Amino acid sequence: MANTTVDPLLEDITGPTPGQMLRRRVFGHQGLIIGAVVVAVLLVIALLAPVLAPHDPYVQNLAMRMKPPVFLGGTWEHPLGTDHLGRDYLSRLIYGARVSLLIGVVAATISGAIGTAMGVAAGYFGGRVDAVVTFLVNVRLAMPVVLVALAVVAILGGSLTVVIVVLGLLLWDRFAVVMRASTRQVRRREYVAAAQAIGASTPRILLTEIMPNVLNNLIVVVTLEMAHAILLEATLSFLGLGVQPPTPSWGLMVSEGKNMMLFEPWLVLIPGAVLFVLVLAINLMGDGLRDVTAPENRS
Amino acid sequence: MFDGVSAAPALELKGVTKTYTVKQGLMGKRKPLTALRDVSLKLEQGEVLGLVGESGCGKSTLAKILLGLEAPTSGDVLVDGERLGQQDRLALARRIQPIFQDPYSSLNPRKSIADIISLPLRVHGIGDSASQQKAVREMLDVVGLPSRVMNTYPSQMSGGQRQRVAIARALIMKPEIVICDEPTSALDVSVQSQILNLLGELRAEFGLTYLFISHNLAVVEHLATRVAVMYLGRIVEEVNASDLFEASAHPYTQALLQSVLTPDPGLGVPDTHLGMAYPNPIDPPSGCAFHPRCAHATDLCSTRAPRPVQHRDGHVECHLIDPETPMFQED
Ligand SMILES: Nc1ncnc2c1ncn2[C@@H]1O[C@H](COP(=O)(O)OP(=O)(O)OP(=O)(O)O)[C@@H](O)[C@H]1O
Ligand SMILES: [Mg+2]
Repeated sequence: MANTTVDPLLEDITGPTPGQMLRRRVFGHQGLIIGAVVVAVLLVIALLAPVLAPHDPYVQNLAMRMKPPVFLGGTWEHPLGTDHLGRDYLSRLIYGARVSLLIGVVAATISGAIGTAMGVAAGYFGGRVDAVVTFLVNVRLAMPVVLVALAVVAILGGSLTVVIVVLGLLLWDRFAVVMRASTRQVRRREYVAAAQAIGASTPRILLTEIMPNVLNNLIVVVTLEMAHAILLEATLSFLGLGVQPPTPSWGLMVSEGKNMMLFEPWLVLIPGAVLFVLVLAINLMGDGLRDVTAPENRS
Repeated sequence: MFDGVSAAPALELKGVTKTYTVKQGLMGKRKPLTALRDVSLKLEQGEVLGLVGESGCGKSTLAKILLGLEAPTSGDVLVDGERLGQQDRLALARRIQPIFQDPYSSLNPRKSIADIISLPLRVHGIGDSASQQKAVREMLDVVGLPSRVMNTYPSQMSGGQRQRVAIARALIMKPEIVICDEPTSALDVSVQSQILNLLGELRAEFGLTYLFISHNLAVVEHLATRVAVMYLGRIVEEVNASDLFEASAHPYTQALLQSVLTPDPGLGVPDTHLGMAYPNPIDPPSGCAFHPRCAHATDLCSTRAPRPVQHRDGHVECHLIDPETPMFQED
């Protein structure tokens, strides 16, 4: 063994691990906590919808049309009143959370997979791969999402599956742009060159050296695109080209209520408010995650 | 019989040129940048070859080519007389390992110290996880770190400690050749000499061959047995380290020596007192690339590139030294 003296500075190794520091920052960030709690509550509500909903969201009762919510003089039989077909509004709202979250999660997963693969490849390999990806991103950015989605849905007919797939295939641009930029940055780090000099394969380098160091940016984009997809679904459904009736979707509920808006504004305000709360919570979570994970990569 | 004496140098560059294509500005034209220009260099078994030159002269490019991380545009890299490229990527990795400049960038922040040091063993499938852990513990001892750092992360360590981890990773597969690309220039002055001493001890212990890159002659002079001086992608002088002060001949080498003697042991690029800034490598000066900064330059220097001339045990590229230079004969 070499006769080396122990570095006197060794006493310094008492600081927190990256995991501990992350935990500290997460629990010190109010926006992140509030956003995450709201999203988690809505997720639980969506999962437990059959248990929580007081009525079947599809059952019509024309004798009980447009009963007001309790706080506007209604009864506890229908706490949030009934819609123009006499369906229980609270139950439809609860089942609507399933649609919104399903669309958000699945569309963000599809677009995340496409965009991350493209962006990481472009950032890592550069050159021609980068040129092709950059071109595809520019083509995609030149297409207005809502118009393309409207056109596709108009041709194929609206359904939950069509909306999810169309949004999944349209919303990858931000993933590609962000992953490309952060991969380019990480690729220049010397630990990547060290892994190459060790003889590690390219897939191994991408998975164990690059991905863990761009993951924080990926998570932020996932949350933002989830919110984006949820809003787009509501928009499409509002325009009648998204999820089709009688499926309970918040966008559809706003659309169905808009004719009565002047007389019964709560028909629009209630689904509008939950949509707003969900999107706000997801965005709070995304911003929080960005704040919390970013400092690790700076030295 | 040449018993025990391998005839071929451990590493050799033969006429290696590396040209990058760079784009200037957003819509700019693509221009070639010659980072290495017809470089030939030998690294003999067991020696420490110091490679010095200012920032941007192509030292790291040369290191990357030797490590197989970049392919030369033209020319050959020979390992023990065999052309690189025919050799298996993994076999090469076992023989040549790098130590990089910036220990803040050379360790993956998401991995524990044990994972970082054991990566070579895992990539090469050497041993099971218990023996890998044992090897990591031994390497930590070798580089002077206690084994309790195994479960810590790079962000918990100082620069000098991180560089020790990088050294442990480079040596865990017992390579023959270590390429040190400015291994101390990112460290505090107080830690620099510790790391240099450690590298010296490890060389003796493991019988390593070093290519030691630095922009600071003072650092190189400490360890090297031979010194190669690089300027704008060319090796302008190669000299035995013992001859460096008395017998180096190139005006650029002398300017670098001058900068060592000035009492500023700073971390940055040493002030060469050459007045003019380092030339743009996209647009190198005509003739001898050094002539705009050379106090002895003549008309010939700006028109004709000097050829390598034997000088002592090395060689020099300078018209002043070349006995066949017309200018030299006029004088
Ligand atoms: N991938 C690349 N693409 C384009 N140009 C490059 C690339 N890598 C290096 N260069 C250029 O090649 C030249 C030599 O670079 P190199 O990194 O080898 O210099 P160096 O001597 O190591 O400098 P330093 O002391 O700053 O590390 C520089 O002008 C640099 O801008
Ligand atoms: Mg360099």
